[in-house]
Amino acid sequence: MEKTNTDFTRRAFLKASAIAGGGLLLHFSGLAKSVLAERGIDAASPEWNELTGYIKITSDNIIKIICPNPEFGQNVMTSLPMVVAEELDVDWKKVIVEMGPHDNTKLGPQFTGGSNSMRMYWKPLRQAGASARQMLMQAAAQNWAVPVEELTTKAGEIYHVKSNRKGVYGDFAAKASGIPVPKDVNPKNVKDFNIVRHSQKNVEGTKIVSGKPLFGLDYKHEGMLIAMPVHPPAFGLKLKSFDASQTLKMPGIKDVFTIKLYEDGFEQGGFDTRTFNVILAVVGKTTWEVMQARKKLVVEWEPAGDVTNTMQGRGGGKREVIVPGELESTEKQMEKMREYASKPAQLLRKDGDPETAFKNAAQILERTYNAPFLAHNCMEPMNFFAHVTDEKALLVGPLQAPGWTQPTLAKVLKLPADKIEIQMTRMGGGFGRRAYGHYLIEAALISRQAKAPVKLIYSREDDTTYGIYRPMYTATYRAALDENKNLIAFHVKGGGIPEHAIAANRFPAGAIDHYLAEGWEIPSNITIGAFRAPRSNFNAAAEQSFLDELAEAMGKDPIEMRLELLKRAKENPVGKNNEYDVDRYAGVLKLVKEKSGWNGAEHKKYSRGVAAYFCHNSYAAHVVDITIKDGQPYVERVTSAIDCGIVINPDAATNMVQGAVIDGIGNSLYGGLTHKDGVVAQNNFHSYRIIRMHEAPKSVDVHFVQNDIDPTGLGEPPFPPVFGAVAGALYKATGKRYYQQPFTSPQPVIPTV
Amino acid sequence: MIALNINKKIYHIDADPETPLLWVLRDHVGLVGTKFGCGVAQCGACVVHLNGEAVRSCVTKLSRAVGKKVVTIEGLSEKNDHPLQKAWLELDVSQCGYCQAGQIMSAAVLLKENKNPTDQDINDAMAGNICRCGTYLRIREAIHLASELQRKGGGNS
Repeated sequence: MEKTNTDFTRRAFLKASAIAGGGLLLHFSGLAKSVLAERGIDAASPEWNELTGYIKITSDNIIKIICPNPEFGQNVMTSLPMVVAEELDVDWKKVIVEMGPHDNTKLGPQFTGGSNSMRMYWKPLRQAGASARQMLMQAAAQNWAVPVEELTTKAGEIYHVKSNRKGVYGDFAAKASGIPVPKDVNPKNVKDFNIVRHSQKNVEGTKIVSGKPLFGLDYKHEGMLIAMPVHPPAFGLKLKSFDASQTLKMPGIKDVFTIKLYEDGFEQGGFDTRTFNVILAVVGKTTWEVMQARKKLVVEWEPAGDVTNTMQGRGGGKREVIVPGELESTEKQMEKMREYASKPAQLLRKDGDPETAFKNAAQILERTYNAPFLAHNCMEPMNFFAHVTDEKALLVGPLQAPGWTQPTLAKVLKLPADKIEIQMTRMGGGFGRRAYGHYLIEAALISRQAKAPVKLIYSREDDTTYGIYRPMYTATYRAALDENKNLIAFHVKGGGIPEHAIAANRFPAGAIDHYLAEGWEIPSNITIGAFRAPRSNFNAAAEQSFLDELAEAMGKDPIEMRLELLKRAKENPVGKNNEYDVDRYAGVLKLVKEKSGWNGAEHKKYSRGVAAYFCHNSYAAHVVDITIKDGQPYVERVTSAIDCGIVINPDAATNMVQGAVIDGIGNSLYGGLTHKDGVVAQNNFHSYRIIRMHEAPKSVDVHFVQNDIDPTGLGEPPFPPVFGAVAGALYKATGKRYYQQPFTSPQPVIPTV
Repeated sequence: MIALNINKKIYHIDADPETPLLWVLRDHVGLVGTKFGCGVAQCGACVVHLNGEAVRSCVTKLSRAVGKKVVTIEGLSEKNDHPLQKAWLELDVSQCGYCQAGQIMSAAVLLKENKNPTDQDINDAMAGNICRCGTYLRIREAIHLASELQRKGGGNS
């Protein structure tokens, strides 16, 4: 058992000790143990002195920084601790980083999503590092009987120059842990950073390339059984009856039963979305045995009919939502969208008198854009470990927001929240999918029923057909031009199944005198949720494609046309609540123009497209360069300009933008999920096409705007405008405008080895 | 019991000979570096070496591996110093990291057969490995770097 000295309350101390002895540490602190072993320290019982919830230091000067937020590839497990290390003033290379336990009291919101990790932790982590440094200096000042003001620090050492004394942090850690955490310690001047803003390698890089157990699917527990779900084969169906007799005869099979996630009337929170409320579970010894036995189940399904869900109301109370029972097909969905698009819609924003302006227009440009449902396709299929007893529950695995799922688990399991321990593993992708913790509820209910520790595993087919998808969207854009081709009015009317994507207060709102935004929605039983840059990932495709075509109609360069509109929004903004910062928006457009050599004669062989977008508090612009390869358009080069404020870990940030660009190219060209009578038509990578190596560009040249603005999001903002830039470049390459995603026919290219 | 040579060690496996090698490695042997991605030989997360050839362990039956040498990511090098592992770390390729073991195992066979691959060679050899985070540019660059390390005799290949 580790021992932890801390200034926290006794309750927190006990909690920290209990968690430190848990399974996560045994399985996931290999690095910490090897470092301790190298220094001849007993790894089983290091005495940690806790300085704020994020920092632990032994008297032997081992320094550990706790990462609060789950890691799904966005580099937070490296970049968040970098911020602590910067303010603590330690040698980054000597720091141990560890994923924290789920403890919202000590470690803050612990939510990975909305490109918010760095934004929400920037100040708290700087404060934690600076406070801990101050506590260590106070302890040294007491030991040496000198004024704390005379002390300085450098790379984990404390100096008193006058008396020529120095010591390492570990010398003072025990005493410092008893000092109350000071408030309002001044953090460093950002100009003085020597860890942050300097590229640091992924702290789990070596474990990744050597195949160490890191992910939820890798987690093992004594006596653990494997469970796999069987869910209705179509949206709109539910379980009628099942015969498990053949399944139960199969080797290794322990049990087959149904679970019901939410009792009738259960008030669902925003992230309690679950695809089906009643599913079957097959439980057995090994994954392959369960996979095989699952095929022997004889199940009868029946129409679910309309279902009433009870949702937590926005701002208190509850509301009832009727989920229609229809077995949906893509053709019918499209038809319904066309029908709804012609009906009156909800007013989202209106400036000036758009109706009159359109009446008086010399020319009207009107275009409609459509996009399909998208599946997240995280490389690690959904899975979670659960061990639930009458007294407590342990859950281990990949999820984005433990603090959102824990209260739901408590309600469903009827256990106190503090009896539910959630441990966060590294995630094999997330993209929003793992913000919805229904698979933890499923795992927990299966474990309780099986009276055993169980790992629930989805097959790829389960993962694809049993999703929380990006909705299906459409939007019609109209622009009114006067006889001199000046833009006088703008109208967007957007809808979707089951939600629209329109962000009414974003650009070009604020730049046009007469502006109208409207939205409509079609209820559906297809479950939807956050997908990398929700809504923005459609808007940036549709709106930016429209602006491109509009610039052409106005006889203007697409970048200049946007900059003129932004100038207008800056000098004489129309309306209120315009969400974006004009200068930062224009900044990325100017930067991408410069770095791409836009209009440069040397780039004539490329068909070029440009787009920019603002979301998650950051700004992104791309220039996409297409050539024709084997008779097909190929995105060969991309130039990107990003303004996300201070860039914490530049090389990792570049990697993130490159990945987002490739994700955007892939989803715009190939991504799409369709339905036939409620059945998802794509169920694995042979039918759901994902971009591959040979389809990825030769280069993605990433440039960050250099400023000292507090960091904003990066995981999502670079993704949406890729769609618009690809559409623009395709138009230049083919002479054809692209209004329907995916832009190329989703014919899979099946690889062979 | 079926005897299997994995990473130069003999394991005695109690499993149906039809069981895919992937699940033998993960559930029976406890080597979890080889990943489950699709189960139908489409994503490459489960690539291992069978007598030096890259195979998709999710569709390779246990019976096929008997009498052959299986190498997984855990056995690619003794000190994580295969040129590919070095290059991957040098260029900090990984984002989520889930697919990277499969990527490295595919690339290792390419580098064994082609000491100095072109972009086209890499694209052809790696088309079967999906990276959902989109780290393809760095994977390509890392394979070039590894081939350079290998030619210079750096690293243990």
